[in-house]
Amino acid sequence: MMRAPWLKEGIAARWLAAAALLISLAMVVGLLAVVSAVAGKAFWPRPLVLLRLADGRVLLGEVWTREADPNHPGHERWRLKTGNRDLEGQDFVWVPKAAVVAREVPAGAWLVERREYGNFYGFASELHTPEGIVSATDERFGDALAKALQRGRELVEEERHLLDRLAALHAPVVKYGARAEGAKSERRRQRALAALERARGHEEENAPPLLARLAEVRHQAEEVTLVMTAAGGQEMTVPAAGVVRAVPVNALGLGARVGLYLSRWWEFLFAEPREANTEGGIFPALFGTALMVFLMTFAVVPLGVITAVYLNEYASGGMFTRAVRLALANLAGVPSIVFGVFGLAFFVYGVGGTIDRLLFADSLPTPTFGTGGILWASLTLALLTVPVVVVATEEGLQSVPDATRDGARALGATRWQTLRHVVLPYAAPGVLTGTILAVARAAGEVAPLMLTGVVKLAPALPLDGVPPYLHLERKFMHLGFHIYDVGFQSPNVEAAKPMVYATTLVLLALVVVLNLLAIALRARLRRRLSRSAV
Amino acid sequence: MTTGAAALRTRSLLAGFGSTAVLQAIDLTIPEKQITAFIGPSGCGKSTLLRCFNRMNDHLAGFFRYGEVLVHGRDAYDPALPLEELRSQVGMVFQKPNPFPQSIARNVSFGPRMAGVRDPAVLAELVEASLRRAQLWDEVKDRLHASAFQLSGGQQQRLCIARALASGPQILLLDEPASALDPIATAKLEETILELSREVTIVLVTHNLQQAARVAHRTAFLYLGKLIEEGETAAMFASPRERLTEEYLTGRFG
Repeated sequence: MMRAPWLKEGIAARWLAAAALLISLAMVVGLLAVVSAVAGKAFWPRPLVLLRLADGRVLLGEVWTREADPNHPGHERWRLKTGNRDLEGQDFVWVPKAAVVAREVPAGAWLVERREYGNFYGFASELHTPEGIVSATDERFGDALAKALQRGRELVEEERHLLDRLAALHAPVVKYGARAEGAKSERRRQRALAALERARGHEEENAPPLLARLAEVRHQAEEVTLVMTAAGGQEMTVPAAGVVRAVPVNALGLGARVGLYLSRWWEFLFAEPREANTEGGIFPALFGTALMVFLMTFAVVPLGVITAVYLNEYASGGMFTRAVRLALANLAGVPSIVFGVFGLAFFVYGVGGTIDRLLFADSLPTPTFGTGGILWASLTLALLTVPVVVVATEEGLQSVPDATRDGARALGATRWQTLRHVVLPYAAPGVLTGTILAVARAAGEVAPLMLTGVVKLAPALPLDGVPPYLHLERKFMHLGFHIYDVGFQSPNVEAAKPMVYATTLVLLALVVVLNLLAIALRARLRRRLSRSAV
Repeated sequence: MTTGAAALRTRSLLAGFGSTAVLQAIDLTIPEKQITAFIGPSGCGKSTLLRCFNRMNDHLAGFFRYGEVLVHGRDAYDPALPLEELRSQVGMVFQKPNPFPQSIARNVSFGPRMAGVRDPAVLAELVEASLRRAQLWDEVKDRLHASAFQLSGGQQQRLCIARALASGPQILLLDEPASALDPIATAKLEETILELSREVTIVLVTHNLQQAARVAHRTAFLYLGKLIEEGETAAMFASPRERLTEEYLTGRFG
């Protein structure tokens, strides 16, 4: 039987391959496009719309979605973000389009982003300062407001600084108190008690002036307030120290809008989160992810390379190596949550618990290393990604020509010298390929981290100015977990939606940046191997 | 029969892999500071014999050996003789140029560095001397720190010779060194080999009878693992003693 020519010539296969490629490309591009589009406009200022309803209500806010009303087929309804959570108890209201009598975009409407209770939408009335009251209609209002907000920021900064110093004064009291309580011998107890006494004395001596200053700062902060009027007529007093930014959105020109947009991105990337992560920035998560991947790389590369070198250069290639290779291949397919459970049992409870018993016995039962932390999370991910590094390194080692190995041996190099000076440099690009793949995989993992050290809100970064600077036992925040937390666990899911997409975009960007770094390094190594000087 | 002292000598050398004997009782003496060529059809055992002199066969699976291999009168397989020392005395250059992914200078100084030489001045001197002996110095002196991969095939092969010379061997084993080179590079390489033979003993495995005739002072013909005939190249090529040698030289097989 004659086969159709288009089958015989492989035309069908070629079209099928092209179609598969096209679909794959479309999926990747589509993913990036959706995330970028939603995240890109997340921080763009929306106009503040004033709606008068048939029942007499007046609403001011941003229109977030327009959709068909499921209760009244054929009608449209709008989701309006009205903010003012402390007045209304909710951020969003549904407005049937039919109920809207009048719609305007008032130039005098203000958006006030607050440190607490979310956004406030309304009209500025006056500014209260110790020097007097400035009305919003006054031409000095803009300058006075800018000055008041600046003063508010300074006060918040000072308050935080004072609280940090007070906490630092109190920390030894807690530490020695716990030590005295958990002391195993009377002598130790006495020593801890003496230290506790000294710490208390130190605190009692130094704390009062700080406390006095704190009270003063708080009092001053209450003195500068912005009085606003909501669309419904209620008056609201916002302390200047509680304002992140206050802008008359509708009155802004294009330049000011772009400036607002960029300053929001800046805040998003480099500020701490607020309001249960639904507002503010993601800096701790960004930093935690990068540091965790970094630590993991330090663990996984030596482990993977040594394993690959043993398998490829030393092991004899019998049943044992075959079994190890099979085990590694299977390890790569184990669900990541299983690694999380292993990490919890082995690293956190096993290794960490032992470290606590041996080195931090005094602070027990409060665990130091015996609880999730960035070190255990990094090591768990290192185990998860070790097969990737092993396989890539082995490929690199196998690419070293036998002639090159023979050449080194014939020159009197020992086996180790050959490996160290010829084979490993040759295989370095393969090692880096493995590292790239491991980093890409690790940066996106969430499940194992939830068991080994990730938290919703970490009180401090794992790297700071307090000796020993790198705090491996600390819990940390992670972009992947942040997405899950903000998107599904936050009290205000709808308001946090733009944050979810923006965080996703940042996570993608981080993976891309880490990969580009490794690729650049690999390209440099390859060049060194092939053309230019060593 | 031989001129000068023996550099290499085998006594009833029997060697092979697994259950196959590749060399069958070879008795051969190779004189000092001459070029000796091994010729013979593929699979006759030329390379295996060559690799017995610096024990490169040891790394291959299933290798076995009986009989003696003497390097300047000393047993090459003496357990008390470190492999690294033997190999610094008996250098080797392979079929295909195999420079390391390093600079030209570091390629040449590899052997001494592995042997523990650290002094940069000593190494630099060794690099220059070795490259001069391999007749490569003038071509690379301005780019010693460029990658060895930048060189042409012929230059790479002479670099490999310089690299072997840097360890200070008295004997150099060349395993079909010109098989991957074009005629011009081959001519240059042969010139280098001839020049070197004044100070170093050279053993050359070749498939190319003309090459053996051009450069080798002596020639050994191997067939099916046996040494058929050995002697002065000119005499052997003009009037071979054995019928097999004559048939091979006249191209009736091989």
